[in-house]
Amino acid sequence: MIQLRVNGVAQSFSGEPEMPLLWYLRDVLALSGSKFGCGIGLCGACTVHVNGQAARSCVTAMRDAAGKEVTTIEGLDKNGLHLVQKAWMQINVPQCGYCQVGQIMQAAALLDGKKKPTDHEIDEAMSGNICRCGTYQRIRAAIKAAAGEMA
Amino acid sequence: MSEIENVSRRRFLTGGVIAAGALVLGVRYYRKLLPGEKLPHDTNADHAALHPSVYLGIDPDGSVWIVASRSEMGTTSRTTLPLIVADELDADWKRVKIEQAIGDKRYGDQNTDGSHSIRSFYGAMREAGATARFMLIQAAAHQWGVPAGECETDLHVVVHRATNRKADYGELASAAAKFPVPPKEEVKLKPKSAWRYIGKGEVSYDLEALVTGKAIYGMDARLDGMVYASIERPPVLGGKVKSYDEKETLKIAGVRQTVPIDPFKPPPAFQPLGGIAVIADNTWAAFQGRKKLNIAWDNGPNETYNSDAYKNELRATSHNPCKVVRNIGDADAVFTKGGTIHEADYYVPLLAHAAMEPLVALAEFKDGQATLWAPTQNPQAVQDIVSKELGIAKEDVICHVTLLGGGFGRKSKPDYAAEAAVLSKKMGRPVKVVWTREDDIKFDYYNAVASMYMKAAVGANGKPTAWLQRSVFPPIPSIFDVNAVYGDAAHLQQGWTDIPYDLPNLRVENGPAKAQVRIGWLRSVANIYHAFGIQCFTDELAHAAGRDPLDYLLDLIGNPRTIDFQGVEYPNYGASMEAYPWETGRLRHVTEVVAEKSGWGKRKHGKGTGVGIAAHRSFLTYVATVVEVEVNDQGEVRIPRVDVVLDAGLVVNPEATRAQFEGAAVFGTSVVRSGEITATKGVIDQSNFQDYPVARINEVPAQTNVHIVDSNAPPAGVGEPGVPPFIAALCNAIFAATGKRVRDLPITKLGLS
Repeated sequence: MIQLRVNGVAQSFSGEPEMPLLWYLRDVLALSGSKFGCGIGLCGACTVHVNGQAARSCVTAMRDAAGKEVTTIEGLDKNGLHLVQKAWMQINVPQCGYCQVGQIMQAAALLDGKKKPTDHEIDEAMSGNICRCGTYQRIRAAIKAAAGEMA
Repeated sequence: MSEIENVSRRRFLTGGVIAAGALVLGVRYYRKLLPGEKLPHDTNADHAALHPSVYLGIDPDGSVWIVASRSEMGTTSRTTLPLIVADELDADWKRVKIEQAIGDKRYGDQNTDGSHSIRSFYGAMREAGATARFMLIQAAAHQWGVPAGECETDLHVVVHRATNRKADYGELASAAAKFPVPPKEEVKLKPKSAWRYIGKGEVSYDLEALVTGKAIYGMDARLDGMVYASIERPPVLGGKVKSYDEKETLKIAGVRQTVPIDPFKPPPAFQPLGGIAVIADNTWAAFQGRKKLNIAWDNGPNETYNSDAYKNELRATSHNPCKVVRNIGDADAVFTKGGTIHEADYYVPLLAHAAMEPLVALAEFKDGQATLWAPTQNPQAVQDIVSKELGIAKEDVICHVTLLGGGFGRKSKPDYAAEAAVLSKKMGRPVKVVWTREDDIKFDYYNAVASMYMKAAVGANGKPTAWLQRSVFPPIPSIFDVNAVYGDAAHLQQGWTDIPYDLPNLRVENGPAKAQVRIGWLRSVANIYHAFGIQCFTDELAHAAGRDPLDYLLDLIGNPRTIDFQGVEYPNYGASMEAYPWETGRLRHVTEVVAEKSGWGKRKHGKGTGVGIAAHRSFLTYVATVVEVEVNDQGEVRIPRVDVVLDAGLVVNPEATRAQFEGAAVFGTSVVRSGEITATKGVIDQSNFQDYPVARINEVPAQTNVHIVDSNAPPAGVGEPGVPPFIAALCNAIFAATGKRVRDLPITKLGLS
């Protein structure tokens, strides 16, 4: 039996310990905000926070989530008004939106550690998150806008 | 409930349909429902107090329901089309509720491709809003006993200024419904000066849902009792299962069973590819079970397909006379005279769509009806293929359209939805088919591989006296007819037969190529390779003549004129030549403006840096792009800046339009940097983002400046037209920076590093 907390709620899981956290969140808990994009940690659509760090839930086995605090987009801010989410709306970042949940989780983790990231630091932190619609220019602007708000 | 569900839509349709076509204006469309009775897939607009159009309904509380009949994949059409209705209705956007249509021919064409949502539905949307506004005014005038001509509207209210009376749309909705729907000729559209939203735009109706994870994509659809399926498909197109062993698969916890899917009978069209489906209690178990399948395949005739050899075949074909698809003067006569002649081969490989949401569909077959939830660009095509596969009437296929996690043309082809329907029928329960990224890359309908041979004789000033271009590519019609080998007019028009240059001698040709994979539409389609060939060859000729590429390009475009397509089959993207003539003056104008905006010729470019330019019309929109690049000693390409200028006629939503052109630069960057699908013995070599990389934040243009030209022309496309000139301009910039000419995409083959 694996014990973990998801968005502040204690959960236990008795299935395959090798099952990736992503499928537990999506198929078992019906938290569909975290997205499936590649299944091998290359696109970042599945990004969640594990103990406050950005993690690719598609390659995080349930056994490795044991005892951890997992935060998904559903739990990032109870009103959906995290500074990063607000900045995303202000800059009108999303096109199809599918990758944006992962982008937002990645950006929120970046800003947790770095209050004023440079362009280079933004590129470094965000280069694991693919957006096929090509909203990168706005992602960069939104991260800067959120950083400005935090300052 | 079950009684209602069992009543097929067809029975309602019989005898009750009052009109056909894109916009069914009239009394309640077909229903004779009992009071309170509602079909599960009816729209709220259908049941609103005032319902003068299939696209629109107004409730007594003033809520305006607007039906989005086209799919949302990121272009914001789900917002922009309703915005047009709201403008003509003079409605308060905050009181508008958008609902997504199911697949239903009463909405007209729903295939959200070809960058024509606004162009094709702009008129219908205006008419729908204006009709309701007309009826609301009539109701108010009648209530107040004043002439309708004295009444006007102002943001969700009808006003009679002389008597200082006003009434909210909600108060008037039921009364307005008693008036007949006016004939089109009586309905007056707003003058441009009175527009509230058109030309100003709005952010996506779904914006908040998109950033909070609440937006529902196909991947997020759920039904009670559903099972998950992952399918091992024949690795070679047209292959079949010889035999298979499921023993190890069934040992995986959560796997329920395997189900074979029949191979398709050629041509493939949108049929399932066949294979073995693993059915499980969750997605991951289905994926795991699939890995344990032991299948022996009969690969069939496409096992001979190797993309390297195929490339050589295309090129060889392009070096010999092919079918002439447009001719002016006598190019050969000039070539035989000798003089200075330039030749070049250009090549673009197969490209995959790789939308962020892999293909997925949920289907429930019950009581002779199939209900689907799918991220589809074309729900009516889902109805068609599912009805064929299951042997039921098209009306018994209900296709709900979820949000799409990207589409780029792939989700116009509903093979994945057909798989879900077939499996649900076999399983007797709801089935969700989930494609892996590997499936998505390996079983795509690829953008055609193309080889282009370019030849020009040049005279004084380096200007061509004769121009010959031949393209060879497996055509999209090959998915419907295995013998189709020549480009069809719909794709030859895409930047090939419509080469806009003012040339005395021009011959445009197309050669045959037999497809050995499924070929399909991908954002910008044939314009990708055609613009690459023409716009880069133009740049070559400019440099060969020692001329400035901008001046040279303008010289070739020539004086403003309308292209005469006499003797050429030119479909003009389905639009009339009267409303959308091919005007070289507009192409010239965007080129001049982009030169100015980018500071062409005014900014200094040091070692390893350079700028490139290209201009192209596609989907009826004129675009010119300037790209700046820096290439360092390691051969790494950076793109500091892009300037793009577009003339898309009337632009309803400028903000969404800018976003599309920013995105197009990124899409084009992927094509140039790394876009390449290859095959060995009929099997696609690539599988995921490690071997089919798409552009990441550190690889894309640092800044893309989009400038929209004011235009009185009717609306044209914005989703696709940004890609083709970007690709050519980037390649021309790389030449300017390095002296290396990109003729063979992607640039991994250029040897920069």
